[in-house]
Amino acid sequence: MKRYTFPGGIHPKENKSITEDKKITAIQPPDEIIVPLSQHTGSPSKPIVEKGSKVHIGTKIGEITGFISANIHSPVSGEVKKIDTHPHPSGGEILSVFITNDGKDEWENVSDRDIESISGGDIIEIVKEAGIVGLGGAAFPTHVKMSPPKGKQYDTLILNGSECEPYLTCDYRLMVERPEDILLGGRLIARTIGVKRCIIAIEENKPEAIRKMEKIVGRYDFEIITLITKYPEGAEKQLIWAITEEEVPTGGLPVDVGVCVQNVGTALAVYEAVKYNKPLIERAVTVTGAVKRPSNFKVRIGTPFKELIEKAGGYLGIPYKLISGGPMMGISQYTDDVPVVKGTTGILVFKEETNSLVRTACIKCGRCINVCPMNLMPTKILAYIESGDFSNAKELGVLDCMECGSCEYICPARRPIVHNIKLAKLRLRK
Amino acid sequence: MLKVSSYPHISSETTTRKIMFIVIAALMPAFFGSIFFFGIRALIITLISIVSSFACEALCQAIRKKPITINDGSAILTGLLLAFNLPSCVPYWVPVVGAFFAIAVAKQVFGGLGYNIFNPALAGRAFLMASWPSIMTGKWVVPRLGTMSGIIYSLPVEMTSNATPLTALKDYSSVLGLPELLNAKSTIYSLFLGMRGGCLGETSCLLLLIGGIILISFRIIDFRIPLSYFLAVFSLTGILWLLGVTPVTPLFHILSGGLFLGAFFMATDYVTSPMTRKGRWIFGIGCGIITVLIRLWGGYPEGVSYSILLMNATTPLIDKFTRSRIFGY
Ligand code: SF4
Ligand code: SF4
Repeated sequence: MKRYTFPGGIHPKENKSITEDKKITAIQPPDEIIVPLSQHTGSPSKPIVEKGSKVHIGTKIGEITGFISANIHSPVSGEVKKIDTHPHPSGGEILSVFITNDGKDEWENVSDRDIESISGGDIIEIVKEAGIVGLGGAAFPTHVKMSPPKGKQYDTLILNGSECEPYLTCDYRLMVERPEDILLGGRLIARTIGVKRCIIAIEENKPEAIRKMEKIVGRYDFEIITLITKYPEGAEKQLIWAITEEEVPTGGLPVDVGVCVQNVGTALAVYEAVKYNKPLIERAVTVTGAVKRPSNFKVRIGTPFKELIEKAGGYLGIPYKLISGGPMMGISQYTDDVPVVKGTTGILVFKEETNSLVRTACIKCGRCINVCPMNLMPTKILAYIESGDFSNAKELGVLDCMECGSCEYICPARRPIVHNIKLAKLRLRK
Repeated sequence: MLKVSSYPHISSETTTRKIMFIVIAALMPAFFGSIFFFGIRALIITLISIVSSFACEALCQAIRKKPITINDGSAILTGLLLAFNLPSCVPYWVPVVGAFFAIAVAKQVFGGLGYNIFNPALAGRAFLMASWPSIMTGKWVVPRLGTMSGIIYSLPVEMTSNATPLTALKDYSSVLGLPELLNAKSTIYSLFLGMRGGCLGETSCLLLLIGGIILISFRIIDFRIPLSYFLAVFSLTGILWLLGVTPVTPLFHILSGGLFLGAFFMATDYVTSPMTRKGRWIFGIGCGIITVLIRLWGGYPEGVSYSILLMNATTPLIDKFTRSRIFGY
């Protein structure tokens, strides 16, 4: 079988064996749920409930506000306690709806549709209504991605099952446990965007998922592609290149090369929304690292991290770092009060420093250049940023950096590349 | 208290310090070889050179009021490499002066680790060569088990007493029968094993090759630089040999002088060689061409160190012109 990959990238220790055999188990939502009104790329949603409002599971509580935005629904039944700011896992304090859970788990409205007869236009409406966003971490509203801009067209759908972040296994578990539903969701997306070629792409380190999918892809008119295990294989542009050898142009979108990439979890959410009218109120989350019982959980949105850590047996020793997401691109938290949001792929706890902290001057070893998937020269960009020369940093392509962190991971001098590139981007966009 | 920091939260295990010590370890076979071939004096010169470099680095950083970073291993490595580029019979003050120039002038004046343009050890050697040429090239030591020129047959006295393989080639190649002796299988063997005169760490191709293989297999150095360097010297001297310009075979050129030390350990110095892969090919080829030009037409019998220093100066330019096309452009 052909092995697909992209140039550059790194091979960090995978550490997936900690949780890869852990079935996704649903956990009871806590007595209080905190649902931020911004959980997606784009403008925040507008609250449409107030203190004292009664809600059911799936009651819309936040409404879409712009072209790129998403609806938000109540993940539990109960009563709105207050609407106030609360720490958000992506940083900062965000307006959030606090809901007291009455424990009755009453649904707003459920259905069982015949998915064969639904038109593409209706699917987009359902997806939009259900508040579905990309579940691989970026949380881009899915209905926007499914509506290509005028004059552009998709010809290929790629379901992204690469899950290249170390430690995380929630996508893997979904592929093992619910392969049919994922592909059914994929078919619905394919019908909407009108593509012929449908691919599910999985990294080689997930043989069980590959085996399961191989058995059924034919039935759903999908092809399966196995990717060489490498980080960041699942990054949209790299994934597209690996499979089609087409480069998404700088500043462009995957639709410019006719490819639509959707995370496998997103495809599953699309299926559930279309079939059962179920909005995005829960997701799979890997809880791993220094916790007593590393696990994969099906979690209601708005469940605080500390709740999940308790369900995973509690911290193992004193926590040193708490990360929302994986170790490469995850965001470190200052409190475990933050809630799970739509883009939370995992919760990772470290009990000690995992970076070598001995920083030296750049020794010009060139490693960062050789691993950069975007073909940049991180060391030179950093040198310009450090000397305040942002225009030259731009010249060298700092805006094309996707902040994958490969350069900083590999750097023997431990140069703070990603942090500085983020600063430079902010400066340049102002 | 939870620690908050920018991602990535994990890093590879290779650190600056680790790299330096792997390179030092890779030089150990040749180091023990030098003690075997040239005796205890090789050890003493090497230790003086290392201690002087180490002390000089600490002193410079103290004077510049910079953090003292001597435990990163780079000064030790420079000291070791400088010693490898000295004859074992130089007076004891020579490595001290050389280390001072290498560390204080070639490295710290430019801003310390990472900022120097020229390979510090080679800059130190070049300074010594320019200031005390007779000390640096006037006298050599006959290695244990070998002869000065690597030729194991008897030769007129003035030749064997003080001609390394390359000086023999430069000064006496008109002597009847000498080229044949230099090309003889037995000479090639002694060149490869290190039974010939020369700087204390450069003579044994075999031991340096072992070190080079260690560096390449641990992914410390990029094979492109040594490979292109060797290929350039081999093919250029091959053509010139066929044309009758040089009387010795390309094999002799590859194995003599300091090419193995230069190609594996000096030209591959990160700071002073290109960072791009394409740039590394160009760098190696450039070093090879200049080495051959100096050997055959220059004023010195050997050109490895000058060729690398010259190419060091072009490194920023090479990096600039071998930039890859950014993804998506
Ligand atoms: S420069 Fe940006 S894109 Fe390139 S490796 Fe570093 S973080 Fe990734
Ligand atoms: S990896 Fe680090 S030390 Fe090496 S060139 Fe890049 S920034 Fe410099």
